[in-house]
Order: sequence, then structure tokens, then C-alpha cells
Amino acid sequence: MTDVMTRLEPGSRAASRGFSDLTIRNLFIIPTIAFLIIFNVFPLLYSLWTSFTDFRASTTAPANWVGLANYRELLNDPFIWRNFTITAKYVLISVTGQVVVGFGLAMLLNRQIPFKGLITTLLLLPMMLSMAVVGLFWKLLYDPSFGIINYFLGLGKFEWLADPQVALYAVALVDIWMWSPFVMLLSLAGLSAVPKHLYEAAEIDRAGPFYTFFRITLPLVAPILMIAIIFRTMEAFKTFDHAYILSSQPTTELIAIRLYKMAFLEWQTGLSSAFAYIVLIMVVAITNIYVKYLNKAKAR
Amino acid sequence: MARIELQNITKRYGGTRALKDLSLTVEDGEFFVLLGRTGAGKTTTLRVVAGLEKPDEGRVFIGDSDVTSWTAAERDVALVLQQYSLYPRLTVRGNLEFPLRPKVRNMNEDEIRRRVDRAAKTLQITHLLDRKVERLSGGEMQRVSIGRAIVRDPRVFLMDEPLSALDAKLREALRVELKKLHQDLGATFLFVTHDQVEAMSMGDKIGVLRSGRLVQVGTPSEIYERPHNTFVARSVGTPPMNLIEGRLDGESARLGSFVLPVSSPANSEQKVTFGVRPENIVIQSGAPAEARVFDIEDQGVIKILALDMGDTRLHATVPAGTHVNRDEVVRFGWKPERVLSFDPETGRNLAL
Repeated sequence: MTDVMTRLEPGSRAASRGFSDLTIRNLFIIPTIAFLIIFNVFPLLYSLWTSFTDFRASTTAPANWVGLANYRELLNDPFIWRNFTITAKYVLISVTGQVVVGFGLAMLLNRQIPFKGLITTLLLLPMMLSMAVVGLFWKLLYDPSFGIINYFLGLGKFEWLADPQVALYAVALVDIWMWSPFVMLLSLAGLSAVPKHLYEAAEIDRAGPFYTFFRITLPLVAPILMIAIIFRTMEAFKTFDHAYILSSQPTTELIAIRLYKMAFLEWQTGLSSAFAYIVLIMVVAITNIYVKYLNKAKAR
Repeated sequence: MARIELQNITKRYGGTRALKDLSLTVEDGEFFVLLGRTGAGKTTTLRVVAGLEKPDEGRVFIGDSDVTSWTAAERDVALVLQQYSLYPRLTVRGNLEFPLRPKVRNMNEDEIRRRVDRAAKTLQITHLLDRKVERLSGGEMQRVSIGRAIVRDPRVFLMDEPLSALDAKLREALRVELKKLHQDLGATFLFVTHDQVEAMSMGDKIGVLRSGRLVQVGTPSEIYERPHNTFVARSVGTPPMNLIEGRLDGESARLGSFVLPVSSPANSEQKVTFGVRPENIVIQSGAPAEARVFDIEDQGVIKILALDMGDTRLHATVPAGTHVNRDEVVRFGWKPERVLSFDPETGRNLAL
């Protein structure tokens, strides 16, 4: 099989120039491998090494091996745990919101309506914008004195971003606004893949709308919905741009923001590398749990 | 139980009319087969009866009620589709229970269990009850989908080519079972198929559909022996009826230079299309007509001969013991009382 696929046409230009199959294959693969090594593998390993040192990128002082001291310091730091708690809360609110809104929109769009294509495209717009830009204009929307949100809701000078209790919800709301379309898009693909004749059979069998939804629609869309949730959880975990721009409250300090401050404001390169590794392990662990559920949902 | 009546149904999809002024009655307890090619409107007819499509004109009756405006759920019919339409992620039992669970039925657990077990026993799928439907073979899936229809004791069974996705052997087995099921249940069956063998072997009555119109309704033997026109004549029988252009002259048929006898004489000479089934062509030395053997298909019990009479290709079924060779010139005649004559312009059967 592979034999047939990798063999060159005997009369082709590449063959006449004397390229072997192996050379051609390498020409395609080597640039990618090189790129991956330089930009992914090397930084990954280098940061793993710095996480065991007291390296500071801001000084010329040589890095000293400190063993697990960075990890020990981080895991014993109550402020770091607070960052994790905030992030967990943020991920929960934001992903739940996106799934509810996104799946709801998909259900609404999954029928014959006029201007369906146009409406879908318009709904997808938020996710095509730059996150930093989104952060900047939502800051204006949220503005207590001239923001349009307070104007429409009649909230006077309500402080969305300065109120420590509300700020995290305000940041999560922006994320929901921006990424619900993503969940909607995947759900829509899942919904349109449900065979129509199943709904007809259910109608003939006198099943009500809720019964049909929970017995037919949801089980069939679950795997693709799970993929959307995995993607959004991983992304939400490392949220930085709009959260950093929107609010500087301690109650909105997500791990990515803490990490940024640690690495580039305090220049604790070694410590922040260790922090990044802790985050990585957590994301991998959470993703694994999801993937297990996904496989289960598929196997059923 | 109930009879089904369609009155002057017209159904349009966009600009095309799928059904044109279709009227049809299926008597209570009858096994009615709708036969037609792809696009003839068979499935549309079925969906109109089921309530999945609303007709643009005409009325639908089930039993004594005018159900035209009723939804599919209200009509309480059972539908078996070609794609099985089993509910995924559920076991066979889950699928069989599905139509009994909705609240409108208000059925207790014992009754549900009793009905599921009875249906499973009828269809011999008791050993599969706890299996997920994804792990069934095609034949098993179709049994489950029939089972899902019978647990409800519906008034009417609608079947949309339920056997056509199965392999030949299984199809034959299920054909017999469906027929038996119909006898046991005594329910009204409306069965749609493009397979004439299925139609002939299963139907109490056959309705032949052509581009949204019902061409002929009758028992299988009526359809076979006395087709209203050449379309119906060619729709049933393998190989199909031979149609030969010729002239009817008194008591004889003129086919080119050959003269053959007929039993239905005409007063005046006229152009007709003669229709004769392959089994009514007789190979015999001294017979009035002559043809060259083009091909021989030996089916064991019989041989099917393809004969070239001038430009006309004919088929004849002869006993397997008949000795003929390819390219041999043979003499043949026909059974005069079995010859039909059709109008060469309209295709209408002249005897009717």
C-alpha cells in the first residue's frame, strides 16, 4: 500500500531529476520537524531546565541549580492557590455560559429560517476578532460613566470592572460573548448530522419534544459537544488578553496574568517556568478526564 | 383496525407535482402493495398517509375519521423505513419500549414488559433484547424496527421498502415472515416497493404508480394477466412481457412476414402492439414464426431464450430439457388465448 503511494510516476519531472521517493518525503517533512524543534521542543525543554534554577532573564548572573525549590515555593504560596481558585471559577462560568448560549443558538438555527446563512455568519463574527481588541472595546462598553451597557440597563454609574465582586463575571461575560459562536458552530455540525428520519420515527412513535431531545438529539450531539468543551476549557484556562486589558482587580487575576507578571514584571524566570509547568500538568490532567468521557460517549 | 382512503390527493414539491389527483382505498386487514419506480411517488403517498407530509389538495381517511389535518402522532400509525431508523445508544429493549413510554400512552411497566416480550418472541429477537442496536446485523436491525412497529398494536402499518437494504436470502426470509405477521395481526398493511417480485408475492392487492398517478389497482393475478396498459404489462414479470408491433387482421396477427393466430378477432384491420408473456411463447418445429437464438440463460428448471425476430428482441421461457444452440434458427408460435393487444399509440389494453 505505502509502496504504491510513495512510488513516483516513472516519467515525471521529479523522477527524471533523480529525486528518490525518500528525498521527496524528506523535503516535505524536514522543514516542519525543524520548525517544531526550534519553536516548540527547544523552548519546552529549556524552560523545564530553567524551572529548576534561579535564572533571571533580566540579569547576566549565571543560573544556579536549585532543584525543586521553585516548585516547593509555588505550591506553598497561598496567593498562587487563590489564582487557581479564581481561574477555576472563571473557567466554570465561562465554559458553562458558552455551552448554554452556543448550543441554544445552534438549536434555533437548526431549522428552516429565512436568511439563515447571513444570520450564522453574523453570529460568528465575535470569534473572528482579536482578543485584545475585544478587551479594549468591552472596556468602553462597561465604562461606568459613558458605557452603553449602563445606559441601556439604566444602572447609573455601576462599576462593572472596578467592583471586586462583579469584575470576574464581567470578564467571563466577554469570553462568553466571544466564544459562544464556536460552540454554536460545532453544535450545528453535530445537530445537522442527526438523521432526519429518526425525528420522523420519534414523531410517529408519539414522543414529545423533551423526550426526543434527551433520547435522540443530545446523545448524538454529545461527542462533538464534548470536543467543543475540551477546546474551550483549555483556552479558558490560559485566558490572558482581554482579562488583562479589562481589569486589574486582584479578584480577576487569572493564572495566566499572574504568570505574566511573575515572568516579565518581576523577572523571576526560573520560578515562572516552574509555574508554567504546574499549569501545563493541570491542563493535561483535565483534558485527559474529558477525553475519557469523550471515548465513553463514543463507545456507547 | 382500519381502512385507509386517499381522496384526490395532490402533493407538490416546489414546481413538481409528486402526486397528481391520487385516489386509493386500502380495505381493512388488506396487504396493499404500492409498486413503482424511483420517483413515482410511492414514498410520498406513504408519508401523506403517515402524516409526515400534508397534501396540497385532497383528503385522507383512516378508519372513519378524516385525518387530513391530524399530526403523525395523532394518527397512530406505525411506520417501518428502509433505513431502519433505530434510536442510537439504546438497547433493543430500549428501542422496543420507546413508542410505549411517552406519557400520552400512560402505560404501566408490566404492560410494557409484556408487549416487548411478545413482540420480541414473534420476531425471534428475544436473545438480542439487551444488545445495543449498533451491534446488530442489517436483518436484525430491520426485525427490531418491525418490532417497534408491532408493540403498539397500531391500526395501520406503513412500510417503506423495508427489505430493500437486505441481502437476497434474508429478504426472502423476511418476506415470508412479514406475510405471516400480517395474517397473525390482521392489521391493514400499506407496503411500498420497487421490487415487482416482492409486490407479486406479498400483496393481496397491488397498486401500480407512475409519475404520481395510480395506473392500475388489482390482485397480483389481475395485474399479471390483464394489465391495463403496456406500462403495467412491463412492470411485472421476469423477463417482462414481450411487446411486438404488428397488425391485427381478422383472426390472425401479422408480425412482419409471419402470420400467427389470435383468439380475439377484430372486425377491421388495424395496427396493434401484441403483448405476450415469455412463458406463452412455444418453440416448436413447424410453428408459424421464425427467430434466431441470441442468448440462452439456463436457470435450472427453465431456460430463458433471447430471440431475434428481425429487429425485435423477444424472450421465451422454455423447459430446461429443450435443446437449442446459440445462433440457431428456431420456429416458434404462441398460445393465442394468452395474447393481449394494446393500442400502439396510447398503450391501452384494447380488450378492456
